[in-house]
Amino acid sequence: MPESAARIRVQCEINGVQVTLESYPMARLLDVLREQAGLTGTKEGCGEGECGACSIEMDGALVNSCLIPLLQAEGARIRTIEGVTNAGQLSGVQEAFLAQGGAQCGICTPGMVLAALNLLARIPNPSEDEIREGLSGNLCRCTGYTKIFASVVEACRLARRTT
Amino acid sequence: MRSFVPHYRLETPRSLTNALERMANEPNVWKPFAGGTDLMVLLEAGKLPHRQFLSIWKLAELRGVSVSPTHLTIGALTTYSDIRRNEHLSQEFPLLCRAAAETGSVATQNRGTLGGNIANASPAADSPPAMLVYDAELELVSTKGTRRVPFHGFWHGYKKLALREDELIARVHLPRSDNPWREYYRKVGTRRAQAISKVCLAGRARLEAGRVVDVRIALGSVAPIVLRAAQAERILENAALSPALIRSAQEALARDISPIDDIRSTARYRLRVAQNLLAEFCESITARL
Amino acid sequence: MAIAPAGALPRGCMPFTKLGVRQRTGCATIPRHSGTAGVEHDAMATEIRNIGKSVPRKEGREKVTGSARYVDDLTFPGMIHGITVRSPIARGKIREIHFGENIPWQEFAIVTAKDIPGKNCIALLIEDQPCLADEFVNHPEEPVVLLAHPDKYLLEEARRAVRVEVDPLPAVFSIEDSLARKHIIWGEDNIFKAFHVEKGDIDRAWNEAAFTVEGEYETGAQEQLYIEPQGMIAQAGPSLGVTVWGSLQCPYYVHKALVRLFGLPKEQVRVVQTETGGGFGGKEEYPSMIAGHAALLAWKSGKPVKIIYDRAEDMAATTKRHPSRTRIRTGVTRDGKFVAMEIDFTLDGGAYETLSPVVLSRGTIHAAGPYACPNIRIRSRVVATNAPPHGAFRGFGAPQSVFAMERHLDKVAAAVGLSPEELRRRNFIRQGEMLAVSQVVQEKVEMGKLLDRALELSGYHEKRARFSLENPLSSIKRGIGFAAFLHGAGFTGSGEEYLASEALVAVTRDGEVQVLAGSTEMGQGTNTVFAQIAADAIGLDCEQIEILQPDTSLVPNSGPTVASRTTMIVGKLVETGALNVKKTLIESGLLKATFTTAEFRKACAQYVETFGELRSLVKYQHPSDLHWDDSRYQGDAYGAYAWAVYVAEVSVDIRTAEVRVEDFVAVQEVGKVINPVLAAGQIEGGVAQGVGFALYENVVWQEGRMSNGQMTNYIMPTTMDVPKIRVYFEEIPYSRGPAGAKGIGELPLDGTAPAIANAISSATGIDVSEIPMTPEKLLELLGRPHA
Repeated sequence: MPESAARIRVQCEINGVQVTLESYPMARLLDVLREQAGLTGTKEGCGEGECGACSIEMDGALVNSCLIPLLQAEGARIRTIEGVTNAGQLSGVQEAFLAQGGAQCGICTPGMVLAALNLLARIPNPSEDEIREGLSGNLCRCTGYTKIFASVVEACRLARRTT
Repeated sequence: MRSFVPHYRLETPRSLTNALERMANEPNVWKPFAGGTDLMVLLEAGKLPHRQFLSIWKLAELRGVSVSPTHLTIGALTTYSDIRRNEHLSQEFPLLCRAAAETGSVATQNRGTLGGNIANASPAADSPPAMLVYDAELELVSTKGTRRVPFHGFWHGYKKLALREDELIARVHLPRSDNPWREYYRKVGTRRAQAISKVCLAGRARLEAGRVVDVRIALGSVAPIVLRAAQAERILENAALSPALIRSAQEALARDISPIDDIRSTARYRLRVAQNLLAEFCESITARL
Repeated sequence: MAIAPAGALPRGCMPFTKLGVRQRTGCATIPRHSGTAGVEHDAMATEIRNIGKSVPRKEGREKVTGSARYVDDLTFPGMIHGITVRSPIARGKIREIHFGENIPWQEFAIVTAKDIPGKNCIALLIEDQPCLADEFVNHPEEPVVLLAHPDKYLLEEARRAVRVEVDPLPAVFSIEDSLARKHIIWGEDNIFKAFHVEKGDIDRAWNEAAFTVEGEYETGAQEQLYIEPQGMIAQAGPSLGVTVWGSLQCPYYVHKALVRLFGLPKEQVRVVQTETGGGFGGKEEYPSMIAGHAALLAWKSGKPVKIIYDRAEDMAATTKRHPSRTRIRTGVTRDGKFVAMEIDFTLDGGAYETLSPVVLSRGTIHAAGPYACPNIRIRSRVVATNAPPHGAFRGFGAPQSVFAMERHLDKVAAAVGLSPEELRRRNFIRQGEMLAVSQVVQEKVEMGKLLDRALELSGYHEKRARFSLENPLSSIKRGIGFAAFLHGAGFTGSGEEYLASEALVAVTRDGEVQVLAGSTEMGQGTNTVFAQIAADAIGLDCEQIEILQPDTSLVPNSGPTVASRTTMIVGKLVETGALNVKKTLIESGLLKATFTTAEFRKACAQYVETFGELRSLVKYQHPSDLHWDDSRYQGDAYGAYAWAVYVAEVSVDIRTAEVRVEDFVAVQEVGKVINPVLAAGQIEGGVAQGVGFALYENVVWQEGRMSNGQMTNYIMPTTMDVPKIRVYFEEIPYSRGPAGAKGIGELPLDGTAPAIANAISSATGIDVSEIPMTPEKLLELLGRPHA
């Protein structure tokens, strides 16, 4: 068998905590997060960057972690779904998903919540078209999206109420 | 079926110079790895035969959009999200912004780069048709220096680039224009987001007194490369648009392109839709005043 | 009896914890005694606190925080990974299995058919499907060899290094070739099952028809595409028995299959459902296969084994919706009344029988729709082809036959000179009339009213008029169409009686009420609905009701979570159990007729202190007035039907033949809406799947193998591809459902595609008789390029 690449260590910040991750340079960040960092909230749905179940935030940008090689996480500021809940306190988006039925089987939900948060950070009061587009990289097979739209709209309403 | 990840080397060069040196010293050994949105998919599918990559993602020299009196220059590592957000581009080169907005989804757009898209050379790529109608030029760098080539002709066969093994795509130059062009872009995909293109047409034309004085038409997904529809352009150039002319251009288009049956669509569909988009382009440039 | 030893508690499995909001926890260790016989009595009127309200999802918090544990989130000490090597071709004799070089095979656990302790089969209706192919393969991707190793990367490399050499045999890939018996590939004649339904005297009835209209309709395969791929973890060994944890809908189906595969007594096999990321029927049968594989590897290696499919494998190897071909001939009087309906319905079942007879059954019974017709003949069959076996997918045969009928009736209307809605109105079935299988409709049914409401809410008439004026002037053609249909809830005929489902309600010393049922939550809301039902039956808040994780060592067999039966049939058992528990406490004198939560807790504590436990095991009782004749295929097919009219508005760009669903109205009568948000969510999700079925989801077959098995190339709708789906409910309570509820889960898959097809036909004048109606197909039908 040909020679293996040398394993690497990568320093990054995950959910506000400095961590060191160690694996092969082309190991998928998704796998390293789930298996090494114990952050199983980020899910694999397709392995090809189509479904968004693996969505995380990296340096403020929404990305598919199944397409990020570990090497490129060096020095990154990463937020996963585990970092969204703040000391047991749910974010407005999460409250809205609960109230509006935005989650059914829940497998797309972590990615969907991150995509929604990311959308609202960029566009605080999105139009319906902007919501559709912002979430178009997150596939949901259960909901038909109607209640996910309602959840995002509700999250905006909650956000307006508190500002 | 995943590739054997332990066999893949990915290293970060110290600088752009260092990357070019390594590529020059070991020709064809090291290939560039930018955002990974194409390469990681191939890795996952067990279809990535090349195993040594240099991660150029962080090379700041290759990022950003700059403006000169004659050109808008886009660094190769500029992402689709960057392109969409850039005011100069959206004002002067809106078709490129349209293409970027229709590529994948937000997450893909945050990581996909223009240079990566060119290097991947997929005939279904969304931005290249826009780049072709904008007469884009590529700036290629190596240890031997810099050269500039028109993007038109850079892809000379299916996945064949006029790029040396020791070269990196550094920048894309778009010549600015005072004259008002009328522009059109339409991608027909498998669905409305996250779709691979089945047919894509970008078009640009200048009219004077109802005559087409200059026209560029580029298509994707209908040939082994993204290409200019040279014969269709010739029919339209210096002609007054009429239904008969458009039909003539559609017939010429059938000779320009060579669509195929594949997993997503059929040759027949691609041909007919390409012809319909051409007609729609022609109608749109006359309608707008 | 094999309960997992304490040390083997899976890491993702949390012990009982009391959180602010009561949640479903796993791994409860209630000792399993034979239940106290439930005290049967009529439902008592109780205060409605929860039913009819959108009580938040029980396990919602875990889902939105990412702490819900799906099978791939679990790890066990010493766990290794498993992978499956599959047949490269559709049919043939296995000549040799070749293990390549450069792989340290001695580090691997390797399993083939000869390692199977019991019978090499996945036991379901019959035992024709092997767990691992032995001598012959009958479909591409058929499992042949299993491998396990601690290193996931090396495991993939090893899979590539195994070559299964198969000497090809001629294969059959189409319904036509199978029926023509081009080659016999299953049984004597390639036919898994056939039905023949007769009502009235159809051969003579044609004479009464002023119009006779014929049509042929086809539907393609559809992949369930749950976002969580199939997965299982197994622990197994001669002294351990077999335990599996995984993504599944029917724990007792898996249990039965493992018992047979290993030849073990029932008590030595245990199946636990983990949080399941979507099923839609795709996790009804198939989990038995992957569970068997994981367990065989665990048995061989002596270690826990996890198998998780990657998406490409899941798509290519697992079940899909049965492709169909339907021919309908309809005779109509001058008044537009149906006088004769002849339906020929064929399904492609793939290589093994699995559940095909039952899919055929449902498709057959639903074929003639919610209409009264005195003379009906339905001939149906499901045939074998050399594709991976087709299986359950939400709707289960009905989406196929309903598509055909509802498309057909728009054509009939045109031939007869009536509007589509007037034709339906004149033929809708009413209470007291007979469905095709001679079932007299006992319940009140108001299809005309549903139709009125749906047409009004969708602006149908105004839009139809407007579109016919605007369409000639535009390259975007608009259309609006509808479908009228019904869906029977529960197992067909004597099915529920055969299932003999059970559910158990118990109280703990702390006054928590526990529901123990084999029904699985997979997003449809089972946990929450059961909690609402039990809470209202007793008079508590939902937070006090705990739904136990389905674990065959703890919960009774409530039947599979399929067939739109969970709320209606099992929910009723839960309601009865809860009422029994309350009654027992009251009759014991420990609880008054009205009580506070604190008083309830105190009564439970005292009861359990004195008597040891309080449990009510409730067994399904088949209503004595429902009769089904299996041999003549006639009688009361279902206890209850949900009734619906769906309206779809589409726009068609004739330059590209792209179809867009612009608006969708779904009106249905469902007995009782237990949880409005959850119920609407079911309809919305089902409609979206129906949109995919109609327009996007095309399985590309190459010699029996799905060649577009990636999410890039198998197209399901994104947020940009579905409109906001507008859902409306009517309620005519069903006396035997909990709080009057009927089943709704599959309903939306029946009416969505034909409504869209009718809308496209209305927009373009094209006869849409096959789905998915892809742009490629539609463009061909639309004709020449447009200048």
